[in-house]
Parts: sequence; structure tokens; C-alpha cells
Amino acid sequence: MTATTPKARGIEEVPLIVEQIDPELERRKRLPIGAWLAGGWMVLIMGAALLAPVLPLNDPNAEVASIPKLAPGQEGLIFGADGNGRDMFARLIFGARVSLTIAFTAVILALIIGGLLGLLAGYYRNWIGNVLASLFDIMLAIPALVLALALVAVLKGNPAENEGGLSGQVILIIAICIVSIPALARITRANTMAWSKREFVTAAKAQGATSGRILFREILPNVLPAMAYITLLGIAIAIVAEGGLALLGAGVDPPTATWGNMIDAGRQDMDEAPFIMFIPIGAMFITVMALNYLGDVVRTHFDVRESAL
Amino acid sequence: MLILGRKLLQLAVVFVVVTFFTVFLMSLVPGKPEVVVIPFDTTPGQSLQKQFREDNNLDDPLPIRWAKWAGAFVTGDMGNYYSSSDTEPVSGRVKHNAPTTILLIIYTQVVSLAVAIPLAVVAAYRAGTKTDKALNSMAFGFISMPNFATALLLTYWLGVKLGWVPTQGYTAPSESIPDHLKSMVVPVIALSLGQIAVYMRLLRSDLVATLQEDFILMAKSKGISNRRVLWRHALRPSSLTLLTVAGLNVGTLIGGAVVIEYLLGIPGLGTLVGEAIFSRQYVALQSLVAIIAITFVLLNFLIDYLYTVLDPRIRERAA
Repeated sequence: MTATTPKARGIEEVPLIVEQIDPELERRKRLPIGAWLAGGWMVLIMGAALLAPVLPLNDPNAEVASIPKLAPGQEGLIFGADGNGRDMFARLIFGARVSLTIAFTAVILALIIGGLLGLLAGYYRNWIGNVLASLFDIMLAIPALVLALALVAVLKGNPAENEGGLSGQVILIIAICIVSIPALARITRANTMAWSKREFVTAAKAQGATSGRILFREILPNVLPAMAYITLLGIAIAIVAEGGLALLGAGVDPPTATWGNMIDAGRQDMDEAPFIMFIPIGAMFITVMALNYLGDVVRTHFDVRESAL
Repeated sequence: MLILGRKLLQLAVVFVVVTFFTVFLMSLVPGKPEVVVIPFDTTPGQSLQKQFREDNNLDDPLPIRWAKWAGAFVTGDMGNYYSSSDTEPVSGRVKHNAPTTILLIIYTQVVSLAVAIPLAVVAAYRAGTKTDKALNSMAFGFISMPNFATALLLTYWLGVKLGWVPTQGYTAPSESIPDHLKSMVVPVIALSLGQIAVYMRLLRSDLVATLQEDFILMAKSKGISNRRVLWRHALRPSSLTLLTVAGLNVGTLIGGAVVIEYLLGIPGLGTLVGEAIFSRQYVALQSLVAIIAITFVLLNFLIDYLYTVLDPRIRERAA
């Protein structure tokens, strides 16, 4: 039996192809040291934020320093005290708790809603898909921060009348969630469209799989890396958005500590005690960089193409 | 012709949906404009406030209110600011403040591209080397710095410590060019850093792909210098994504300008948007959002057109 049919030859050759490991691919699959640093920082800051109430920290809203704007390192306050004599370190950790809760909740909700809409818009290439896609584009024509600002104004309402209203955190979560939906949906849609054209989807269709099965069992697992990438970036953007809204006076009401509120308060004391502003900016910068970096790791690791345009 | 017609239709749809959405959203805002404008109405039955509602069509149903506004807007009338005493047309404030924001955005885009393009060319040419990695890390730093944080740090460093630039305020170019440029340093750098990083990374990856194409090998084998190959042969076909993103980013920049203008006391469109939201100036906000959305959509058309200029292949396909 020397002569082999093309089919048999194909089977013999398969293991050979598998054995050839692309060194470039191998190098990329190893996690760089930066990923461990970024991941470590996120674990640290999220752990501290989560455990803030049980950690031996000062009350973030109590005046603990003998004088306001106490320099870092004095009276046992490693980050000093702010303009009201409150412990900066405690405020930073409790601020992380609020800021990160807002960012994570808003973006994960947006991912669920926007991801679902994006999957539908990318899979159904008929009027449903077109209407959804146009809606995302139209929403993106309004600058996100302007829309978020308007949403906060709507939800916050008149402070005098707003007694039993929504809490500041919930308002920010809703506002940031809504403005994140179209961006997340659009990226998910682009990736869904790319994967829908693949042979295995056609094969699944030919086998009579339902649309739901194809969407969630065949396409979704492949789109997930792209969604993870955009989610990490989205959380970073949401942390910044909270800061921006706080500076515009549309954040969580003071005295609640958030990173945005801390920057806003520190801005007033810029001339005398710039550290009050530098510390929350530093925390925000490192966290945003860590999230961006982790997003990039996910992207290169799974070879996500940014074909959103 | 058909394409132009479709684009115009698209513009109309965006205009209708965006502005109607704005009207709808602002109508949900608790806190009524008449209370903001006339906080203490002591007339019997609050007749002043009632009169105000009537004058400004505030009791009409939403679609009618929108239609009245839209009908005026398309003829260039952006409506008036709600006011108890005199009438202040929105277009007046827009005309006064728009040049500032337009200048801010133009400066930002020019600075960003002027810095990002050479850096991207260097990074792509030296792809995989230490230079490339250093530039990539720098991009990460830039992209992770919130623009308001950059603005605050620069205000502290250049304004408070060194006293080179004003910490607040804006000087129009008609008053004094050097003072104007000084007042733009902080906002432009603050808005540019993030853009530089985005543009640099995009262009770098597109350039790396282009540099592997046959026509680059062809150009090199003809003995054309590396510099010329990079700048003349590779840059143009690689700049399409960059162009798209640069155009789309105008929307982001307007959003960023809201915070930066507010922080630095620069009277631009961003300041007007913020003001309109907080003082319930529905008509003004509708007009402002419409202007921003229309600018955004028009820019996208312009980019589509520029595509054909930059890449002859697209031109031939369309013809």
C-alpha cells in the first residue's frame, strides 16, 4: 500500500503541522514581567479597597491631624493630611473603594448589555443588525463626557428636592454604564462579524444548530478575548471619567472620598500643599496604567485585532 | 451622487436622533428652567414663571418643542438663552466661544501629529529594538495620564512653581499673540499626551505591516535611501487608520475640552456645554450638542473623502 489517497495523506500530515511550534508565538504566550507587576498592583489596590472597613485605618472623614495640610510622614500619617486635616492614606483606600466600585460595576454592566447588543448586531446582518449598528454610531457622535454630564444632571436632579433619590455612587454607575455601552457594543459587533464568517459557524449552521447555540457556544467564546481587552480599557477610562466628573462638580457628593473628589479638593491647595493633589493623581495614574497594560497583554496573548473601525 | 445622497440622509438621521434624544433627556432633568431663571417669583400665582414657560414654549409636548427648535436651527437660528430680562441668542455665545475651542483642538491635533508621526516612523524603522520598546513604554505612560491630571500637574509646575504660564484664564490671539500662546500651553499639552500615544501606536503598527510589502522591497532594491522609503513610500499608505482615528478623536477632544476648559478657566464651547447642563438651558444645550454631533459626522465624511486622495486603490474601486 504505497499509493495513498489525498485524504489519507492529509491525515498523516496533520501531526507534523502540530509539532511545528512557531517560536514567535511561543515567545508571545509567555507572560511578561510587567503583567505580573500590573496584576500585582491591581490585586493590592482591589484587596485594600475591599477590606478597607476591617483594616486598621483612620475614619476617612474624621479630622485626625493636629493641623490641616500636614506633610506626609508626620504624626504617623504616611501620606499626610488634607486641607481638612483628614488622613490622606485612609481617604486614598476608601476612595479606591468608591472609585473602583463605580468603574468596575459600570463597565461590567455595560459589557453585559453592550456585549449582548453587539453580538446580536454582528450576527443578524438584517434590519435588526443595521438599526442597532446605526444606534451605536449615533450614540458615539455625542462626546461621552458630555453625555455622562447630562445623565448625571438628569439623575441627580435638584439637590433640594432630591431627598430619597439615588445615591451619588449609583448615579455615576448608571451614567458611566450608559455612555460605555455603544463603544463596547461596537467592538463586540466588529469581532462577531469577523467570527460569523468562519467555517465552523457555517458548519454549525449546516448541522442545524439554533442561532442561540451558534451565538453563545460557537461565536461568544471566540469574541471573549476582545471583550476582556476592551473591558479592561473601559474600566481604566471609567476611573478617569469619575475623576473628570468630580472636577466638574458632577461626581459623588463630598465628603465621600473618591479619587476624583480628592483631586478636586487637592486642586484648591495646589499652591501650599501640592502633595494633596499629587497622591490621588499618582494612584489613579498607576491603576489606569496597570489596567491598560493588562488589556494590552490580553490583546497580544489572544491576538485580538482592533478592527473596530 | 448616490453615495452623497446616502451620506446626507445619514447626517439628517443623526441630527434628528441626537437632538431629539437631547430634548428628551433634558426634559427629564428635575429642576425647571423657570425656577432657575426666576428663583423668587412673588407675583400672585407665580405669573412671572407661568409667563416665562409660555414665552419659551415649555408647555408644548416634546415633539412640538423639538420641531420648533429644529425648524429654527436649520435656518441658522439657534434659539435664545432663557433669561428673565433680555434675550441673548445662543448663536452669539457660540460665535464668541467657538473659535477658542476650535483653536484648542487644532493646536492639539497639530502638536499630537507633529510629535507622533516622527516617533512612529522611528519606532517602526527600529521595530523590536530598545528604542521601539522605550517609545512603547512612553506611550503607555502618556495614555494612562488623565488629561485633567496633566493639566493640574503642568499648572502647578509651569504656572505656580516656574511662573512661565498663567494658572488660569485665556488670552485671545487678537489681544496678544505671545500671551495667547502662553495661555494655550497647558491645555494643549494636557489634551495632546493621550493623542500622541494613540496616534504613535497606531501608525507604528500600520507602518510595520507596510514595510513588509513588496513595493517597499522594490523601492529599497532600486537603491532609494531608507529615509525616503520611510517618509515617501511607506508613510502615505500607512496613514489611513491614523487619519480615521484622528478624525474620530475630535469628539473625544471636545469631551476632554469640557473638563480642561473648566479647570483652566478657558471660555470655550466646553464651558458653554457645562453651563447649559447645570443651569437647565435646554435650548442652548440642544443647539450645542447638535453642533458637536454635526461637526463629528461631517468630519467623518471628510475623512472618507480624504481616503480616496491618500489611497488611489480606493478611488479606482469607487469609480
